[in-house]
Formats: sequence, C-alpha cells, structure tokens
Amino acid sequence: MATEILMPALSPTMEEGTLAKWLVNEGDTVASGDIMAEIETDKATMEFEAVDEGVIGKILVPAGTEGVKVNTPIAILVEEGESVDDIDTSSTPAPAALGGEEGKAASPATASTPDIPPAPSVDQSPDYPEGTPMKQQTVREALRDAMAEEMRADDTVFLMGEEVAEYQGAYKVSQGLLDEFGSRRVIDTPITEHGFAGIGVGAAFGGLRPIVEFMTWNFAMQAIDHIINSAAKTLYMSGGQMGAPMVFRGPNGAAARVGAQHSQDYAAWYMQVPGLKVVMPYSAADAKGLMKTAIRDNNPVCFLENEILYGRSFEVPDVDDFTIPFGKARIWREGSDVTIVSFGIGMQYALEAADKLAKDGISAEVIDLRTIRPMDTATILASVMKTNRCVTVEEGWPQGSVGGYISSVIMQEAFDYLDAPVINCTGKDVPMPYAANLEKHALITTDEVIAAVKQVTYR
Amino acid sequence: MAARKATKKPNVSAEELQAYYRDMLLIRRFEEKAGQLYGMGLIGGFCHLYIGQEAVVVGLEAAAGEGDKRITSYRDHGHMLACGMDPNGVMAELTGREGGYSKGKGGSMHMFSKEKHFYGGHGIVAAQVPLGAGLAFSDMYKGNDRVTFTYFGDGAANQGQVYEAYNMAELWMLPCIFVIENNQYAMGTSTKRSTKSPSYWERGAAYGIPGEEVDGMDVLAVKEAGEKAVAHCRAGKGPYILEIKTYRYRGHSMSDPAKYRTREEVQKMRDERDPIEAVRSMLLTGKHATEEDLKAIDKEIKEIVNASAEFAKESHEPALDELWTDIYAAETAPQNA
Repeated sequence: MATEILMPALSPTMEEGTLAKWLVNEGDTVASGDIMAEIETDKATMEFEAVDEGVIGKILVPAGTEGVKVNTPIAILVEEGESVDDIDTSSTPAPAALGGEEGKAASPATASTPDIPPAPSVDQSPDYPEGTPMKQQTVREALRDAMAEEMRADDTVFLMGEEVAEYQGAYKVSQGLLDEFGSRRVIDTPITEHGFAGIGVGAAFGGLRPIVEFMTWNFAMQAIDHIINSAAKTLYMSGGQMGAPMVFRGPNGAAARVGAQHSQDYAAWYMQVPGLKVVMPYSAADAKGLMKTAIRDNNPVCFLENEILYGRSFEVPDVDDFTIPFGKARIWREGSDVTIVSFGIGMQYALEAADKLAKDGISAEVIDLRTIRPMDTATILASVMKTNRCVTVEEGWPQGSVGGYISSVIMQEAFDYLDAPVINCTGKDVPMPYAANLEKHALITTDEVIAAVKQVTYR
Repeated sequence: MAARKATKKPNVSAEELQAYYRDMLLIRRFEEKAGQLYGMGLIGGFCHLYIGQEAVVVGLEAAAGEGDKRITSYRDHGHMLACGMDPNGVMAELTGREGGYSKGKGGSMHMFSKEKHFYGGHGIVAAQVPLGAGLAFSDMYKGNDRVTFTYFGDGAANQGQVYEAYNMAELWMLPCIFVIENNQYAMGTSTKRSTKSPSYWERGAAYGIPGEEVDGMDVLAVKEAGEKAVAHCRAGKGPYILEIKTYRYRGHSMSDPAKYRTREEVQKMRDERDPIEAVRSMLLTGKHATEEDLKAIDKEIKEIVNASAEFAKESHEPALDELWTDIYAAETAPQNA
C-alpha cells in the first residue's frame, strides 16, 4: 500500500521548514533508517530518515522549497512493484498536534466581584480541649518528642542527616533518639546534602517515611533540586502513582551573628511550590503538633524551625497523641483595630508590638499562620474584614515575600474592607551583615511593627 | 581492561534468545514509531530515543528478579518496555493522552509504574542516581534482598551527586547496581571532550565499589554481567558498577542534528555492531530459529507497535479537571510500605 511521507516536525517549536535537499530519487528503494532528505528547521539542518521500507514513488515537494508546513505530504512511498498511478492521493493529512485554546483551563483564582464578599467561614476551634493537662517544654524538646512518638508508632519513619545520631544533633534536636531507636533508624550522613536528600526522596518512593534533617536550611540549597524536582513534582508527573511522604526539616532564618550565608529565611521560596507543604511554627505546642502531622502526611513537607526559638519554653499539652492540622492559623490575641499576621520567629515581634500598642490604646489582633502552605487565608480575611487594616511581619526579604502574597489575597478578596494599604514588615533587602549593630538593623524590629500599625491606623 | 564479552557458550536456551530478540526489536520498532509520531506533531516537546542501546536494558532485565526496582533518566522508553510496561500506555503518554501511564501529565521523560517497580523517568541529569540509592536503601531498611538498577549516562557520570551517592551506597552497603550507559555522547559532547579519565567504572574504586566494563552491543554479555552484579548485591555485599559501552543511533533528542559525529561513524556501528542483528544472526546460524520464526516475531512486533500508535492517537486528551489532580496525596492515607 502506498503511504504519504509527510513533512516532519523536527523540533519542539517547528511549524514549517525548508526542504533543502533530496538524497533519494524517484524509483529508489529505501529502508528504515536511510536518510532521505535534509530539512532546515528554525534551529538547524536536520537529516530526515525513512521509517518504513519501500520505493520512492513520487517526490511531491521539490528540493529548495521554503516554508513547507509540517505534515504536508512531501513524497509518496510505494511498495515494490506498485505504481504511483495506483495511488489514491485524496487521503486526509495526518492530524496536527492538538493544543491551543482547548489546552487552556479555567483558573481557579477568584475573580473580583462588584459585591462586597461575605466573610469566609473560619475554623478557630481550639487545638486541644479546655482543661487538658499542660507541661512546660522547649521547642527543641517538643520537636524531639514529636519525632520519637511517631517513630515508636511507625517503623517506616527514620531520621537522617548530618550529626543527628552520635553527636545528638548539631542543635540537639535529636538528643536521645539514637539511644532509643539505634543506628538503623537514626542515621548520620556525610556532609553531602544533595546526595542524602536524594537518597531520602528515593527511600520515600520506596515506601519509607524519611525525616531528612538539614543542619540549617541554608545548606539545603545544595539539595533544592531534590526537594522541588524530585519530591514535590513526582506525584503529579506520575499521574498520582507515587510521591514522597517525607519531612525536610532544620533551622531556618537568622540565628545571631552568623553572616550572610547562614541567615536566610526560605519561607517565601518554598511557599511557591505546588506539591510541597510548608510549616513554620512559633510555639513549642505548635512545633510538636505540626511535626507529628508532617510525619504522617503523605506529601513532602518543608518544616522550617528556628535556632533562636529552640530554647524557648511554652506550654505543651501533656497528652499521648497531640496533633495540629495543616492550614489552620491560630489567633493568639483578639483585637479590633488592626490585624497583624506573622509566623515563626516573626511572631515574637508581632506579639511584643501588640502588647505595646495596647498601652497606646490600639487593639491588635495577632494571627500566627503556622503553616505557610496550605495557608489559612480565611482566618486572615475574616480578621481583616473586622479590623479593616493589616500589617504582615516576617524575617525574609521584601521582594516576593510571604507578606506580599497575603497583601494580594486581601486586595483581591477584601478590597472594599480595607481602610489603609496593607504594610509588609520584612527583613531589609540586603544580605545579612555580621556586625552586631548592622545585623540588628537588617532584621525586623518590634518598633518597625509598631510604626507600621500606627501608619495603617492613622495614629 | 577490555569490555566484557559473553562467555563462548552462552547459558541461554533458544527460547530465551528469541525472547531477547523480540524484546529488543519491540524497543527498536516502538522508538521508530515514536519518531514518526513526533514528526507528525502528535508527540511534542523533548523525545529521546533509545535506538541502538536496546541490548542494555534487555540484557539487564534478563538478570533481574521479581520485585527488583529500576530508575533512569529521560531516555526511558526502552527501560519501560523492557520491564514489561504496556506499550499502549507508554505511547499514549508520549502523545499526552489520558490513557498514558501518567494520564498525559508526565510525557516522554516522566513515566512511572508502581506495579512494574519502575520509578521514572527523571529529567534532571543524574538526579536519579541518589534517588536509586534511596530505593535500594528502602529495601535494605525493610530487610529484603531486592536490588535496584540505577541507570544513568556518561554525561550524568560527571555530576557531583553521583559520587555523593557512591560514597553513601558503599558506606551503608546499599543493594544498588549503578548502570552507566556510556553511549559516548553527552548530548553533543563526546566523552573525550568532557572527561579526563573516561573509564567511568574505575571511579568506583575510590569508594571501594567493584565494577566492570561491558560490551553493551552484546545482549548476552550484558546479561552475564548483570547476573554477577545482582548476585553481589543480593548477597549483601553493597553496590556494584556496570559501565556498559553502547551507542545511540539517533540524535540526543528529536531536534538534534547530530553534527558532532560523522554519518560514517553511525553507519559503521549500525552495520557492524547492531545488537539486534547480532542476535538475529546468532539465532539463524545456530539454528535456534528459522527465517519464518523471525518473520513471525517481526510481524507480531509490528502489530503491537501499530496498535500502540493507534491507541495513543485515539485515547482522549486528559480532562481539564486533571490539571488540578495529583498535586497532593490524601493527607494521611494508609501507609504505602
């Protein structure tokens, strides 16, 4: 049977090309793999090989023809002994690639509406019932207990990272875990973040639930390809067949006087990635409850801790199994004049500012996001609809900040409620300096939060 | 050391030899068809064909056992067919249709099969190497004797994470076979231009990992080397490196004009070292199969490949809802151990 040889697409972007040269003549026999023609694409001159065997019955497009559209018949291949005259050339051309308008999907983003939107429904149920027995614990101890409890409950959970085992943790978060769980489940790695993050993701593909500790998130930049390309995207790329149920954790943001390469806040970076969940707790109770949720979650979770907070003590529920769901902000303090939204160590400035503002007669509502992705925007919006003003507080840089995203959500969903522009209090737009005075100035301060609140409340 | 040749009297039956012929031919014809569909605009983006390298995966699959894992790069169609994944599902993924292994959301470079223990399909050069070591880690952790075949190319072999993975694999005695498919070109850069010491398998010595070079155009040599590597890993002796010397006939991807090598070089390989022709001639000269037998296989393969192309054309594009699925797994579904 005769077949049409079509002008091929020879690059991802080629729509037409020049048929530069025929290397076969009518009547020639060709076999699979023989080069038939040279075709100039938008990028290069390519050789065009035969796929089927047969005889070149007729050349339809002569050499030197420019602008030959992809899928145009350029020659006719006949079988041995067949004549080109027998051919019915009315056959329809092969279908072109689908795409264009059909490929576009409706965005789920909410379009602006002329009506004032109603306040969203908010889940502000307490994290634990009233009367729950409590104990004082540092964030460090809370994180360790969370890991230990989950490791006791599930043999597939293990911890790997630099100095997590024999050294008992560079910041002592894994203290005691080696003694309890042994070296099969608490594993010291060499200093190879890229490699061990990849091994962790592979182990998760293989059915385990790794906790990968980075000594700090700054070092995770060596491994960010595995966090994003390997861990976050595989569930989608596999059509839901396999993903990476695991936790990447470690201290994030500035400690004190450790300079530019050890002092970056990554909340906004990881927040951007679909497929990741991003947690950044402030209190010990949240650190514990959210860590347990993170280990049980079937998705990759970036758990951003803070070295300065490790030693802070908070009340933690003294119960067997305490978890906090992702995507549920906590209102630390109710107020009516302004909403202050923060997370992680930013909460310290937010809460201090709220205390001082109260003395000036300004009532601030303080929201701790706790999880940055998924983000509880409903709680933020409901609060802003009440206070009509908002200030965000974070340690990270201003351009592409978490606060910037929150501002855009408020503008799209609660514009008519705003009585002042949202102000984002962030770290300064500089690498972290070493000098004590400069470092202090580079970080966010309580005074800056107070000034921002006064600005939005016109005081 | 010279590349490993198969021992003189290969320990395979006529049926096995025919099966290798069939499996290699399936990959060859499938890839030719994929190239054709690409030319028609039915396959888009990047498409890296495996033509010429068929003996590598067919030989190693002959050495693999039930439950063994495999992971590779973006040149992955051959690996998927060799481990028994359905040609229809693979081709439909190439055309981006709902009948594809990833429902059309992965494409040529990103396919997976939990059922066949195929873990992708990875687009970042060498990222699959630590991932493969991690899969091997999961089996060691669970205490079974499964092994993982971690495939990568000579281009990936210069990435730093390969050596991070080597170090930890030997340190922790992971049952991982590192398979370097040395097809001699990292995209357009020959090994001579990229690599000071182009004997990649020897680099394992720095980590205490044994290895060897294998003639990748000889399926029996590959199988034999694979069996040795598998035995090493299953016995708990840690990782093993196979550097398999092979050759890709086509460009790096569909849009590669391949001007970095001569047409004669490619033709010489095709004429003198073709892995499928080698088995074909072995079958005929050894009277392990007749011309008729082979014609029947050719016909069967042609039908399978044509059917896969038809399936891939007729399968629908994914529903627009699919844009928003599979981003997150259910929060706390049952353990997948």
